This record gives sequence, C-alpha cells and structure tokens, in this order.
Amino acid sequence: MNTETIILILFATVTASIPLVFAALGELVVEKSGVLNLGVEGMMIVGAICSFIVAVETGQLWLAVIAGGVAGALMSLIFGFITLSLMANQVATGLALTIFGIGFSAFIGQEYSSIALDGIKALSIPFLSDIPIAGKLLFSHDPLVYLAILVFIGIAWFLYRSRGGLILRATGESPSSAHALGYSVIKIRYLAVLFGGMMAGLGGAYLSLAYTPLWAEGMTSGRGWIALALVVFATWRPGRVLIGAFLFGGVTIAQFHMQGTGIEIPAQFLTMLPYLATIVVLVIISRDANTTRMNAPASLGQPFHNELH
Amino acid sequence: MTTQPFSGVLKTLFSSALLAGALALTAGSAAAEDKLKVGFIYVSPIGDAGWTFQHDIARKAIEEKFGDKIEVKVIDSVPEGAEAERVTRELAASGHQLVFGTSFGYMNPMLKVAKMFPKTHFEHATGYKAAKNLGNYNARFYEGRYLSGIVAGSMTKSNKLAYVAAFPIPEVLQGINAYLRGAQSVNPDVELNVVWTNSWFDPGREREASDALIDQGADVVTHHTDSTAPTVAAEEKGVYSVAYHSDMSKYGEKAHLTAVTHHWESYYTKVVQAALDGKWEPGSVWGGIKDEMINLAPMNKAVPEEVVAKVEAAKAAIVDGSLHPFAGPVVDQDGKEIVAEGTNMSDEDMSKMGFYVKGVNGKLPK
Repeated sequence: MNTETIILILFATVTASIPLVFAALGELVVEKSGVLNLGVEGMMIVGAICSFIVAVETGQLWLAVIAGGVAGALMSLIFGFITLSLMANQVATGLALTIFGIGFSAFIGQEYSSIALDGIKALSIPFLSDIPIAGKLLFSHDPLVYLAILVFIGIAWFLYRSRGGLILRATGESPSSAHALGYSVIKIRYLAVLFGGMMAGLGGAYLSLAYTPLWAEGMTSGRGWIALALVVFATWRPGRVLIGAFLFGGVTIAQFHMQGTGIEIPAQFLTMLPYLATIVVLVIISRDANTTRMNAPASLGQPFHNELH
Repeated sequence: MTTQPFSGVLKTLFSSALLAGALALTAGSAAAEDKLKVGFIYVSPIGDAGWTFQHDIARKAIEEKFGDKIEVKVIDSVPEGAEAERVTRELAASGHQLVFGTSFGYMNPMLKVAKMFPKTHFEHATGYKAAKNLGNYNARFYEGRYLSGIVAGSMTKSNKLAYVAAFPIPEVLQGINAYLRGAQSVNPDVELNVVWTNSWFDPGREREASDALIDQGADVVTHHTDSTAPTVAAEEKGVYSVAYHSDMSKYGEKAHLTAVTHHWESYYTKVVQAALDGKWEPGSVWGGIKDEMINLAPMNKAVPEEVVAKVEAAKAAIVDGSLHPFAGPVVDQDGKEIVAEGTNMSDEDMSKMGFYVKGVNGKLPK
C-alpha cells in the first residue's frame, strides 16, 4: 500500500464520516441537556429528502442545505412537544419518530427517486489545494465538510467555555437544581432538541446533496443509529465524537480498500464493530462509575415536570 | 299486405336488437366473471430504476395487451418471510387466479400458500422450488454480463475493472465471472477487483465501494446492487460505468456505457395467455437473451462502432447457441480447470457456482 493509496483512504474517510459528525454532535448536545432522542435516523432521512426536494425545485444548493436543517428541526419539534410538553416516554417517542421519518420521507420522496442532481462539489482553492498530500487532505473537500468542522469547534467551545454551555450541562446533570436557580429547564431542553434535529437534518442533507447526490428510499441506511452509538462510545465528549466518527467512517473505507487488495476481514464483523464498541464502552462505564460516568448526563432520559419541583 | 312485410321487418329488427342486447349483456357478464385476476408481489417500492421497476414495466405491458380480460393488483414493499405469506394468501383468497412473486425469499411462503389454494396458479421469480401449481422462472443474467464485459474490456485503459457486489451467492458470481470472461475475450490483460457491500441496497456503501475501486485505478465500474450510486460515482470521477437492472444513463451521461437490463414482458405475456386459455402449467424457466429476458441498454456514443459490432456478433452467437459464456476451458483463480475444453458448463454447475475465474483479484469470501 503506497502513500497515494493511504491519502485516498484518509480523504474518503473524512467524507464518509461527515454525516456521522453532524448527527452525533447534535445528539451530544441533546443528551447533555438530559434528553435522549432516538429519532436521529428519522430526522436525518427527512432532512435528506427535504433538502433534495428544495435542491431540485429551486436549484439553490445552499437553500437546500438550510432546508435540510429546518426539516430536521421541525421533526425534532414533534419529539420535543411530545416528550417535553406532554412528558411522554422519550425512548418510545424517539423510536416512533424514526419509524415515522422513514415512512414520511418515502412518501414525500416518491416523485424524486428518478432525478439526477448536480450535487455540492468539492472546493478547489488555488495554491492550497495543490500542496502535495496536505492539499488533498485538508483543502479539497466540499464546503459542508468545513462547516462540520466549524460546528465541532463551536460546540466544543460552547459546552465547556461558555456560560450557556454550563447551564445546558447543569440542566442535564440536575434539572431540579437548574430549575431552582431560575432557569427554564423545558425551554433549554427545547432549544437543545431543536439544535439536535437541525444537525441530524444537516447530516441527511450532506448525504443527499454531496455524498451521493440522489434520493433513494431508506438511503441513510442506519447511519442515525451509528451516530447514537457514537455519542455513548465517545462518553459524551465532542472531541471523542469527532475521533469516533472518523474511526467508524475509516473502518468502512479501509475495509473496501482491503477487499480490493486481498486482505481479509469479514465485512459483517466490521458492520457490527460500531455497536460492539458501544457495548464495550457501556460495560466500562457501568463498571467504573467514578472516571467515566462523570460525562454521562445524570438525568438522561428522565422527563422533567415543572410543577413537581 | 303491404304492412305485413314492414311489420315483419320491424319484428325482425326488434327481435334482433333484443337478441343483440341480450348477447351483449351475457357477453358483458361473462367478461366480468371470466376476467383473470392477476396479483403481483414486489419486494421493494417500484421506484424509477432497478429490479422491481423492471417487473413493473412488464406488469404494465400485460395490462395494456390484455386490457379488459385481466384485472391486475400490485402489492409492493412486501418483506420476505411471514409478511409475504400473509400477502400471498390474501391475494389467493380474494380470487386472484395467477400470482407472481418476484423475490427469492418468497419461495417458501409461496410454496406453503400454493398447497392451501390448489386451484390458484403461482409463479415465483428466481427460486428453485416447484409444486403442482407453483412454477419458477429466472433470467440468465450472466449472458448480458458477458456482453457488457466486451464493452468494458474494450473501453478500459488501465485494464482494471471494478465490480461492486452485494453477496457472494452463485447468481452474483455468475455475473462477475461472465463479465470478466467477456472482457477477456477482447482484452486478455484485463483484471477485475470485486468489493462486497453485504447489502442489496445502500447507496452510501455502494458509493464508498465504487470510490475505493476507482481510487485503486479501475476505470470501468459495474455493480450487482440496486442503487444508481456506482454510476453517479463514476460520472463524478470521470470514469465509465456499466449499470444493472435498468438503463441508468440519466445518472451519468458520460459515464454510462450501457446496462444489463431485465425484461419480463414476453414471459408474463406468455404465462397470462396460458392462464386465460386454461393451459397454464408450472414450469421451471431459465431464459436468456434468446427468450428476450435479458438485453443491453443503448450504448454510449463513446463506444466505437467496431465494439458495438463485436457485441452484436457475440449476442447473435449466444442466441444461436454457438457461444456460451462458460464454454471450456474455464479456469479458476488457482489455475484449476473447472470446465474442460470443448464442453459448456452445465446449468446445474452454474447454479452452484462458487469460485472466481482467473483474472479476478482478491479472495472469495467464504
């Protein structure tokens, strides 16, 4: 395997990871506020179809990206209303949201499965893109890749360096304390859920606009679930989410390259790897409460009732 | 006297009108009773390209041809297994005399239901089980693969072909091996890399697999998966593609060389006609180019005349039986002779195919 192949694998790894980066970072913020939204897959696929429809109808790719985010946020609003305002069970609602999203996207996408779209193209920055190795790896992606990295920096800063992030984390750790201090738990959680929905929608938009510029039913193919697993795998740390996304993306790409060169690892094993890794992390978390559980939001998945506090 | 003939005429007119009316009435009711109710079960949504889409083209063709004589019902997105059994049973119970199931996994459910409804005719695509009222039919996809291999072998410059495949089952291996043998017939230096996605349908993975193969130097990509992603990937990376199931040229105007396409129209017409005539019998049909079940989509303008001529010649030879895609000598990767010179691989051996021919890189997953 020569240097060129390795660069190509790394390059493909970045693009394969971007949908996971968007969706998992969004879910991270949601879970940090103490809400577990299992509807990532559903929000992603609705984001994918809505952005595709807008791209086809208007021809404006950036408008399409925004539409993807808005569609994801609207989906999460359904989830927010049911779990935060009506205080229904989050796990059940999230699962329902995924099932609904897959069906709904198929329904509104019926007329769009046959359309070829000229998707978002990779940038070519003069001079920078021409630098050997680094130019290919760092400066010749499509704009959404850079958006994902910016969002990552923004979230890492927000969660650990800003007052807003502190409040968000406090809400996830102890909603009653946050409530006692005068913060509106429900409002904060609503905002977090909406942000998570938007990010899942963007992840979907990346799939249908840049990665495979087409619409096909069920095209997210479980990436929303991997994003969910990734948050646990990363023990709720944004940096680890990013590394984990590259790792999960890279494993798939590397496996395809290895098949071509004759190195054998069963593909089924690699498909189950993200979930296996997540289970291992869960086992470690439950064994060693002091070190790892610190990151897990203490009130994750528990509804908050204003009147009871 | 003069009125006699007139009234006679009137009488005749009147009675003949009555008779005609009565005839029309009985004819009408007979048509309603004799209408053959035909059911189709699809595994996926119809969409705009792919396996199910091709079956649906044939469904439309028979509706057009037989018009009022048949009444067609389609149920799509039926998962294989228990759900398939329920749907098949419902179709049979609601008076459908002819039921087509178009996915491999419908085989056992259909067999079970066939026993419960001995008067209903069942037709199952791609399976191998039959019963008194259950026939099976399949296409010799590999014949089309061989022809498209000639195109790929002629158009490649790097002599590296790419194949994105779903699962290592005999049908897929027939395609891979026939494709490479077709390519080798015009270009002995050509080699083939295969990547398995372990999914019939996952545009993202098909895209990743295509990219990986193109990055390794392949310049013609084909696939045995259901999405258009490999053609889209080829178009974006400036290489060629050979599509599968349907013509996918609108997804890659420059890339799309041709496609191996399935056609069920003539078979479905034949079966429906037999059922209408009361002569339906369960068969075990494995049809190829000769039976109009397999064809190639129109060629890209980039394909030179002489290549098109070679493909046409090979096609004619397959039809008249002088060319068999697995005519000996067939040698596997390790150099072992599978089929001796002068003989053709038997249908039975082909249906159990479990090897790569010489020229395929990498090892076959077990």
